[in-house]
Amino acid sequence: MEYQDIIANYGDTPGGIIQAFHAVQKKFSYLPEDAIVEAAKVFKIPVADAYGVATFYSMFSIKARGQNVIRICESAPCHIHGAAEVVAALERELGVPMGESTGDGLFALEFTECVGQCQATPVITINGKPYFDVTPAKIPAILAGYR
Amino acid sequence: MAEEMRIVLRNYGKINPLKIDEYINQGGYKSLEKARSMEQKALIEEIKKSNLRGRGGAGFNCGQKWSFAYQAMSEQKYVICNADEGEPGTYKDRLIMENDPHTLLEGMAICGYAIGANKGYIYLRGEYPHLMDVLNTAIQQAGEKELLKDFAIEVRSGAGAYVCGEETALIESLEGKRGEPRFKPPYPPLEGLWNQPTIVNNVETFANVAVILEKGAEWYASIGAPAYPGTKVFTLTGDVNNKTFFEVPTNTTIRELIFKLGGGIAGGKKFKAVQIGGTSGAFIPEELLDTPVAFDAMSAVGATLGSGAVFVLDESRDLVDVVTRIAGFFEHESCGKCAPCREGTARVCEMMNKVNAGQGSAGDVSLLERLGRVMSYSCLCGLGQAAPAPVLTTIKHFKADYNAKLM
Ligand SMILES: Cc1cc2nc3c(=O)[nH]c(=O)nc-3n(C[C@H](O)[C@H](O)[C@H](O)COP(=O)(O)O)c2cc1C
Ligand code: SF4
Ligand code: FES
Repeated sequence: MEYQDIIANYGDTPGGIIQAFHAVQKKFSYLPEDAIVEAAKVFKIPVADAYGVATFYSMFSIKARGQNVIRICESAPCHIHGAAEVVAALERELGVPMGESTGDGLFALEFTECVGQCQATPVITINGKPYFDVTPAKIPAILAGYR
Repeated sequence: MAEEMRIVLRNYGKINPLKIDEYINQGGYKSLEKARSMEQKALIEEIKKSNLRGRGGAGFNCGQKWSFAYQAMSEQKYVICNADEGEPGTYKDRLIMENDPHTLLEGMAICGYAIGANKGYIYLRGEYPHLMDVLNTAIQQAGEKELLKDFAIEVRSGAGAYVCGEETALIESLEGKRGEPRFKPPYPPLEGLWNQPTIVNNVETFANVAVILEKGAEWYASIGAPAYPGTKVFTLTGDVNNKTFFEVPTNTTIRELIFKLGGGIAGGKKFKAVQIGGTSGAFIPEELLDTPVAFDAMSAVGATLGSGAVFVLDESRDLVDVVTRIAGFFEHESCGKCAPCREGTARVCEMMNKVNAGQGSAGDVSLLERLGRVMSYSCLCGLGQAAPAPVLTTIKHFKADYNAKLM
């Protein structure tokens, strides 16, 4: 489905632009410029406002990024239980620094704040799916599932 | 004392959340039926009498809030469930929704009847995509059995913004805008979603409602601390043996929570500090551990109950480093609408980094204190007002940790 059709599905939902953006990202992993302009048209708001929404929320990206979005929780409970080592291991394994995507377009690395799974710190999520009590040693096996 | 008591988690592990019949077999949806047989005013009176107070952080009397929206004259009113749960270290609302979604729907529908609203929204944080299906399944099943009658519930997903937990920011977000808090008044019960009277309550607040109607306001009011009765769900993180959740009456003390239920400090180490209420909460030293966890008892010692997060640190932890990380959180999450917070959180973060790196002076610490005080009364919303609390309370109770890092 093209982004026009995806956005059109939400056209009748009052305030539905955020839901529409989620749906676009599910397909493209980010919000292409044309999709933001299209959403402005569908929801009858200025393009500037549609950009405002796209850039306000941390889950939305207006920059192209890898298909599988890896987010590492850096909130205090994860921080004290070794989130930094997990970050280092991920950067090593994928060969890119935080905030970047791998050259093959497979992975994007991002920080996040608490994802609400604090019973098993440190936590990472991949496309929203949480992984618990993550250690550097567990990283290769987790990533293998997405390669 | 220090016993668990499950009210909002009463069905935890007992029912299959995806099967409405199991909820109904536990007496589910009887309270909604009862509510609908009552006069709206009498129903609100009953909730008021129970003295149920908001579990989302502000501790406002639930029945009283409902009465404002009931009295407001409007054709269209709304009920919103705040399921944004962004406070680091907190996952209690997730537990409720994962294990007992119908208790939430029932509470919302009772509220809808009480205030005269036929539309409800659940604003679910974007980090809980799996719950979208659980909640929609529950809504569909309740619809098939015609239990919700003319009350329609829709689930909307947030997209990763802590400030959207603030009720007016949440409303802006539901309207499809940037989640920036509104100036108050008007408050949502008079002018909320699309400027119509709106009730915003937390998941845990709604989860109490059906039980209160089932067992009576007096029963509820007699549990825990009289000024903030009932139970509270706590999630324990950090250096505690039992990194899990507990639901306890509100007269339980912090010490009981950490040392009895929590099993004490992990690895045989000594206690250093606990931060309660999430990342904007105060850091509490050993001397104050006998404080009951109830809302007002916590305020009396300069702390907050907040979301019920309990973040425990042992003697080996570097408090200044932890607070520096927290300062980074607020710099990132400030929405930027008002200057004291937009600038203040950035400066606090900058100075905390400097102190943490061993390059700060005593002057920096007193500047942090002054800036923090100014922010606590000049910021527009609770985010900026509470952001300095971890800095201010650690300077107050753990000054030596700062001094050890100064140039
Ligand atoms: C920055 C900020 C974040 C908040 N986050 C939440 C949240 O995640 N969940 C919540 O229920 N309330 C949150 N609140 C409190 C809400 O504004 C509001 O008081 C609450 O939803 C009212 O429901 P209650 O009366 O049932 O507690 C937050 C407040 C502020 C200032
Ligand atoms: S206090 Fe901070 S989060 Fe709240 S409105 Fe001001 S800038 Fe936004
Ligand atoms: S603090 Fe990392 S998941 Fe909650």
